[in-house]
Amino acid sequence: MSDSSIQIEPSSADSTYNDLIAQFPGLIEMETRPGFTGVVVSTVAIRKVMLYLKEQCGFDYLTSLTAVDDFPEDKIELIYHLYKTTGSPIIELKLFTTRESPVVPSVMPVYPGADFQEREVWDLFGVHFEGHPDLRRLLLWEGFAGHPLRKDWKEPLFEEDVKPFKSRWPEGKGIHRESLNPFNDNVQYPKEFDPNGFTPDNDESVYKILQSKIPAGSDDLKVEHMIVNLGPQHPSTHGVFRMAALLEGEKVLALKPVIGYMHRNHEKIGERNTWLQNMPYTDRLDYLSSMSNNFGYALAVEKLLGIQPPERAEFLRVMMAELTRIASHAMAIGFLLNDLGAFFTPSLYALEERELILDIFESVAGSRMMCNYFRFGGVVRDITEADFKQVKKLVEDRLPRKIDDIDLYLTENEIVQARCEGVGVLTAEEAIAFSESGPMLRASGVPYDIRKADPYSIYDQLEFDVCYRQHGDVYDRYLVRLDEIRQSIRILQQVIKYMPQGPIQTGKVQYAVRVPAGEAYGRVEGPRGELGFYVVSDGKANPKRYHVRAPSLMNCTGLEKMCVGGKIADAVTILGAVDVVLGEVDR
Amino acid sequence: MNGKGLLKGLGLTFRHFFATYLVDLFDKNAKKRRGTIDADGLFTVQFPEESLVIPEEFRVIPFLIYTLDENNQRKYRCTACGICSKVCPTQCIWITRKKDPETGKPVTESEEFYIDIDKCMNCGSCAEFCPFDAIKMDHNFKIATYVRGETHILPKEKLGRPLEYYAKIRPNNYAAEEAERAAKAQPAQV
Repeated sequence: MSDSSIQIEPSSADSTYNDLIAQFPGLIEMETRPGFTGVVVSTVAIRKVMLYLKEQCGFDYLTSLTAVDDFPEDKIELIYHLYKTTGSPIIELKLFTTRESPVVPSVMPVYPGADFQEREVWDLFGVHFEGHPDLRRLLLWEGFAGHPLRKDWKEPLFEEDVKPFKSRWPEGKGIHRESLNPFNDNVQYPKEFDPNGFTPDNDESVYKILQSKIPAGSDDLKVEHMIVNLGPQHPSTHGVFRMAALLEGEKVLALKPVIGYMHRNHEKIGERNTWLQNMPYTDRLDYLSSMSNNFGYALAVEKLLGIQPPERAEFLRVMMAELTRIASHAMAIGFLLNDLGAFFTPSLYALEERELILDIFESVAGSRMMCNYFRFGGVVRDITEADFKQVKKLVEDRLPRKIDDIDLYLTENEIVQARCEGVGVLTAEEAIAFSESGPMLRASGVPYDIRKADPYSIYDQLEFDVCYRQHGDVYDRYLVRLDEIRQSIRILQQVIKYMPQGPIQTGKVQYAVRVPAGEAYGRVEGPRGELGFYVVSDGKANPKRYHVRAPSLMNCTGLEKMCVGGKIADAVTILGAVDVVLGEVDR
Repeated sequence: MNGKGLLKGLGLTFRHFFATYLVDLFDKNAKKRRGTIDADGLFTVQFPEESLVIPEEFRVIPFLIYTLDENNQRKYRCTACGICSKVCPTQCIWITRKKDPETGKPVTESEEFYIDIDKCMNCGSCAEFCPFDAIKMDHNFKIATYVRGETHILPKEKLGRPLEYYAKIRPNNYAAEEAERAAKAQPAQV
């Protein structure tokens, strides 16, 4: 169930960089800008370098792939973050391309996990990835004009590049956005576009891909293939998520997730916000675990600022993050059972405990779900004595009892076993290749937990085990979540025992934080997996680039692999076990 | 497949089912424990007839604190410094500063103060960074209306709440702020 954990190697990433430079002379240079790390790889060599890293050096996991627009320079940077699932520091590769004709080789042949991220970069930056088998837009619709994360892209009703908007203060009188005609003022058409003569794509591109997967020459039995859309409006999809599936009878032959229904371009909003204004926005990513989102963002910005929160704040942060994990996993288990057809009894048992945790958040942070509790260098406010007692009572008395109840109720249930065992299997190699993270990765037998592999905050002082299982099916994902709740309770008991007194904030909280120029990748082990924030500062009041590596999105990469060959009813179960939160998938 | 796991699970649901009714029957205090950490029977309360205690830090929609002067006129604490509108993530606050009618110079008072509560995301940043404790977060979450649009842009008059209201909903915060203010005033007197 648990073992000695993976520790990070003492050698820094520099030795890998030096090795790379020696291996590929003339193709790789060190990054020289102050505040930036990594190596710059020339476009022609990127796939070769990636292959070398994967095959020779053991960097098997591509965690984040994103881009930065260097407008007004004619330059787009691509940033790749890689590490070993056996434990290593993160290495960072960069690649420069032009804004005019951005074409780079796709790394999908080496890292299949780059699938969604490359599509996202194509969608939002317009970088063409040569060799990507299915380079469609990921979040926006096919007919969308432009690539919104480019700095010179302006939306309709554009106000200003950065907040605070001068148009609203001090002399401006606000207008209610809805009073603007929604069919007139807030729509922009590209030049030479005639809206009347436009026929929408109607998802033909998705269906074409699916139809291409119909196997040829099976005419001994006449089979009619059918395309079924699960979602976007369906309770089993946990939000507005759509799976377009090609069926042969009940069997799934191909499946494509279609996302972006809740897309709001969180990252563009983030680049307009000041650093602090982003904090409440991160709550809205994975709305079931807002404390974890706050944590990741705070860590990333603190790396840039070079500050450390005081000890009590660290304890409070870990306390909140672990409570969030319990609440989120309890809900994941409850709603997995809902997807199996056990309507609402298990999920309501789980929701009871979540409710008590949310009560604590409400009392400490002020809001049940949109906590906005973290600040750079600390937390908003201290926990009161009464709330601390509540947490203590919860983790020492009630939660262990109730988790045992859920265990007793579900684990040995024959129906649960029949529906979950052997369903949606991902082997360890596949899980790593698809860049799965969190419980998805650990259920496949890869004991990678960022809290152990790259300890942040005070996790290196706490005793807990990394939970993992071997089969990589839905049942194991359920069990891993159950185990993780138990480990979280164990962490919380230690946090309560050793909670120090003292300040909860380094210095005074500034509303206009000056962040030195540079880049940082902060990551936490969120309930759904690796939640990474890649931030770039150019020394101004707003981030130059703010990217979220969303675990829910990345965990969907393996969805097709898990569903194909199984029954269509299992697709719902598999999605339930992936535990997607659409606020984070669509961003 | 022998059904043992199923029976165990059913046993648990039966336990819950009986506790729901029996705990209430034999324990008069059980109703008070509903929705709390000690709940053993029924967990939920019957909203809106009953409701749970709202914690002090709970936040929805900001309000502006005023006191009444001798002429029963509202005296707002707000000095129109504009920090709240700068920190506001959704930029839903706008303020204009009042000008002295004779000299034309700006005074420390707001002429107009609007909050678009359709945009407000209840993050509490305005209250957190207000240097004058003039804007605070409300507890009243029952704000549903039949219309949307312009009526949700609240002017200063609708945003105002007396200081006593603030002292009532957030007694601890109020006491702490008053103590701090008294401590600050102390050295000046000496």
